[in-house]
Amino acid sequence: MFKFSHGIIEKNASLLFVLTLIVVSIGGLVEIVPLFWIKSTIERVEGVRPYTPLELAGRNIYVREGCYTCHSQMIRSLRSEVDRYGHYSLAAESMYDHPFQWGSKRTGPDLARVGGKYSDEWHQIHMENPRSIVPQSVMPGYPFLAETRLDVDGIENVVRANRAVGVPYDDAMVENAKADLLAQLDPFGDVDGLFERYGENVAVRDFDGNPRMVSELDALIAYLQMLGTLVDFSAYDATIPGNER
Amino acid sequence: MTHKPKKDEVTGVYTTGHEWDGITELDNPMPRWWLYILYACIGIAIMGWIWYPSWPVWKDGEMTYLKGVSGYSTRAAVTRELGDIAAERSVYLNEIRDMDLYDIQKNPDLLRISLAGGAAAFGDSCAPCHGSGAQGFVGFPNLNDDAWLWGGTLSDIAQTIRHGVRWEADPETRMGVMQGYLSDGILSRSEVTDVVQYVLNFSGRAENQEAVARGSETFANICSACHMEDGTGNTMFGAPDLTDPIWLYGGDPETIFRSVAYGRAGVMPAWAGRLDEATIKQLALFVSSLGGGTDPVDQ
Repeated sequence: MFKFSHGIIEKNASLLFVLTLIVVSIGGLVEIVPLFWIKSTIERVEGVRPYTPLELAGRNIYVREGCYTCHSQMIRSLRSEVDRYGHYSLAAESMYDHPFQWGSKRTGPDLARVGGKYSDEWHQIHMENPRSIVPQSVMPGYPFLAETRLDVDGIENVVRANRAVGVPYDDAMVENAKADLLAQLDPFGDVDGLFERYGENVAVRDFDGNPRMVSELDALIAYLQMLGTLVDFSAYDATIPGNER
Repeated sequence: MTHKPKKDEVTGVYTTGHEWDGITELDNPMPRWWLYILYACIGIAIMGWIWYPSWPVWKDGEMTYLKGVSGYSTRAAVTRELGDIAAERSVYLNEIRDMDLYDIQKNPDLLRISLAGGAAAFGDSCAPCHGSGAQGFVGFPNLNDDAWLWGGTLSDIAQTIRHGVRWEADPETRMGVMQGYLSDGILSRSEVTDVVQYVLNFSGRAENQEAVARGSETFANICSACHMEDGTGNTMFGAPDLTDPIWLYGGDPETIFRSVAYGRAGVMPAWAGRLDEATIKQLALFVSSLGGGTDPVDQ
């Protein structure tokens, strides 16, 4: 008959490793897994839509450049945070984020509601050299973004990949990804399809101040300018069952 | 290697039964105080489960969680906290919200509070563009001087803060168009060069009087619609005064050429919605106090 003995575990490093991993992961699993099934994890709010192809491309640049290492995108439900940054972030606001950009480290300010706080021109100058407009800033400049062409042809695959991990992009959104991306940059173009697929709450303009080129800066500013602008908080009730935490 | 625990002769304590190359270990119990703290922590953890929202449970056909006997909610807590602060501040903030800007200016207490509140709001919301000393940057106006693109009275400033400049999402936003007269094909390159000389002539800096003479007609036909015939500008269209030494983008001939040839369209976000009315009014009073506010009777 098998007799339990610490000796077996202590003398077998691999077994000790596996068993330690199981014990440690239980704590995490118990906290995380139920959230996938608890219905009230994601609040019932109006307005949250999947990113447009241009915003999605900007988001990829945000991730690529490691913006998350200094900027968080989550306003905690604490008085000081709400006072400074605006309404605390909702789970619903990042439900189409893969991966999420919440972060726990702030060298720069939180960006969850930066959309609409500055003009496009400010972002252009700030990305070129942050200290030219915020002298005390320690952020590096990203001047190459304005000079680098955006990978427009690859956007369809990006949308497809996001669909594969659960973002509700339909076939029309995937097929028209490139057209929608270009439409959002052209204020004189045909935006009917873009609005039909993503709703009217999409900013259409040339974001980087250079209409002759679709740059990575176009995409990044389009992304920054929509952050935190989707939910209509005048219609949000934090106290109804399902929205309270 | 393990062996049977045996009593250590020197201390009289049993060994653990483990032995490594002849070294054995005494099986002393943990200190009592340490153990009691451990038990207390376990007890507190269990009380925490009961008091606060904790375990996921299956209830009424869907996954939910135990709410805890305290009914604690971080969101309710922060809402309550903010409500308390708002109630505390409302004593004067409601007055500021409802009072006329000029009446606040005459009330020393409210003015003092407004300037302090306005300075704080300025630091977070306005300083990134206008500078921490409101000195501005190229393309972002200096708010300390006497030049106002959209008017410098208290109500003008408040209006600009509320609705922004060329901010598409706000139908009441300040709107003025300085198009690119070369890039839009309205003027030829030499016509632009001439009108630049005409503009420089307002401040006595023209290099070529013949060009000034040639540029005068263009200025009268096109530019004077917004900048006025004498070049002093018009705050209705955000058209700057071209006769003073204050330049938003730069007053050298090359920069003025770029402004005329390719246009300018500075944007300021609309702050109504992001900031409440009392904060906007405090900001207007603060910005006006920086030295450049104009008196309504002067206009």
